[in-house]
Amino acid sequence: MLSYVLRRLTGMLVVMAVVATMVFIIVRVVPGDPAAIMLGPDATAADVAGLRLKLGLDEPLFVQFGQFLFDLVRGDLGRSIFLDRPVTQALAERAEPTLLLTLMAIIVAVLIGVPAGVISAVNRGRFLDQATSSLAMLAASMPSFWLGLLFIQFFSVKLGWFPVAGYGPPGAGFFERAGHLVLPAIVLGLISSALITRFTRASMLDVLGEDYVRTGRAKGLGEGVVILKHAFRNALIPILTVVGLTMALLLGGAVVTETMFGLPGVGNLVVSAVLRRDYPVIQGALIVIAGVYVLVNLLIDLAYLLVDPRVRY
Amino acid sequence: MAGASAPSASALSKGRIWQILWRRKAALLGLTLLVIMVLAAIFAPWVATHKPDAMRIAQRLKPPSGVNFFGTDEFGRDLFSRVIYGGRVSLTVGILTVCISCVLGVFLGVLAGFFKRLDTGLTRIIDAMMSFPDILLAIALVAVLGPSLVNVVTALGIVYTPRVARIVRASTLVIRELPFVEAARALGTPTWRILIMHVLRNLTSPIMVQATFIFAYAILAEAGLSFLGVGVSPETPTWGTIISTGQQYAGKADWIMIFPGIAIVTAVFSLQMLGDALRDMLDPKLRKDL
Repeated sequence: MLSYVLRRLTGMLVVMAVVATMVFIIVRVVPGDPAAIMLGPDATAADVAGLRLKLGLDEPLFVQFGQFLFDLVRGDLGRSIFLDRPVTQALAERAEPTLLLTLMAIIVAVLIGVPAGVISAVNRGRFLDQATSSLAMLAASMPSFWLGLLFIQFFSVKLGWFPVAGYGPPGAGFFERAGHLVLPAIVLGLISSALITRFTRASMLDVLGEDYVRTGRAKGLGEGVVILKHAFRNALIPILTVVGLTMALLLGGAVVTETMFGLPGVGNLVVSAVLRRDYPVIQGALIVIAGVYVLVNLLIDLAYLLVDPRVRY
Repeated sequence: MAGASAPSASALSKGRIWQILWRRKAALLGLTLLVIMVLAAIFAPWVATHKPDAMRIAQRLKPPSGVNFFGTDEFGRDLFSRVIYGGRVSLTVGILTVCISCVLGVFLGVLAGFFKRLDTGLTRIIDAMMSFPDILLAIALVAVLGPSLVNVVTALGIVYTPRVARIVRASTLVIRELPFVEAARALGTPTWRILIMHVLRNLTSPIMVQATFIFAYAILAEAGLSFLGVGVSPETPTWGTIISTGQQYAGKADWIMIFPGIAIVTAVFSLQMLGDALRDMLDPKLRKDL
């Protein structure tokens, strides 16, 4: 088991090194001078030269890359040009809304997706199965910002149940801040539930065909016990995988929803950085988000050991 | 020869495909809706009731009526015509994204799957690309390349490349070990010929399924990029840009954002239904149940 963990950790480090290289290349392939682009058309030649010096853009590319990797290993993601603070600090300040939104969205997605998938599998081929599958697919076909706009119009503007946007006034308490995330979490959760429904259905269908399920029924166990205790527990691994991956993707992928609801999260930070050409922030955010995804992947694999005693590495 | 491979398109006759489609009403509905949308986009000048850019300020923000089926926007432009023309751009972005990601993905996937020495390195690159959320990587690439239709297509093509590459690699690993490939090798067939005649031909099915989903995701991603203001120019009517500009009239002229949104949902839903049906059709395990 220890050797498996070490092997996976090494693999993770290799992938992260590739991620870092890609991010470095992405930012360096900017047509023209990155410093001039960052400072905009009004910048003087002296300003551009100053920024080039500050970012080390005058150094040969391999020196820049070496410095970039060295800083990265030390946890230094550079300094935001526009926010004038370290990128790590900017990301940390924006982490709470993103983490909270992801957590709330995943709870909504699981609450909808898992029961829907189980119901769909148990009623395979019947109307309920087709209706559930079609509804899940319909949810996955909606652009999050469009659904968000419709929900804001209906639930916030017409019914007044939720705040329209934002993360509460400065100094707002935790529950007030979380209250601002309910509607965006419902939007994201509804859309993400489609994938969880599909995986739960497929996983349950696999398990429902197993001998021990048939034995359970033959023993005269109630259908509820067979489905929940025998089938569902054994169908958990793929469901956990998809829940974990959805969570990892939401951490950086809720960009549109965060912007739509005016939430000061990491996604919103990235969009602002893109509009202001703040490359250190784009670079840092990409690396951190990809790192979280890779780490969550590893944790999911390790979680298998706890969930399923049959899994041995 | 192709029939000896992993699940292959050629394993199903055209008649059987239609038979399955007929039985899966949702897939048939998806295909029908998609064909209607594509035809409407191709024949937009004949389908649209007005010129999409014709401004009539006196007619601004008019609700749907017999003259303007979807109402008018803030400049009095006919929304129905803009949605039809917008479909041209949105669907084109989807198709071109599929083309780019399939060409790059097949190239990477076949190299990784067929040549063992390249596998580890290329798989790491594919894994690394997949660790970025799609929309985030697309935003970053468009930020670097600059916002334009061509760059949006390029960025989305790159973003979806690893999805194709991963599937193609997995299928190539299976095909590489099949007897007909070994036989071709033993006969001294050049590698490029084996790749084209034996490997690529048998990759059609998984690529077709993946292409359908990528088409759907690309339409959603383009709309998202346009909404964030980092996609195509707001003057170009795409479903995403129409919703983006219409959001400021939410509550006053909801139809501006409702109709292009319905167009996106219909296109994506149709593609997903179709992709699902194709996947089930081409998977021998699932085909028995159809």
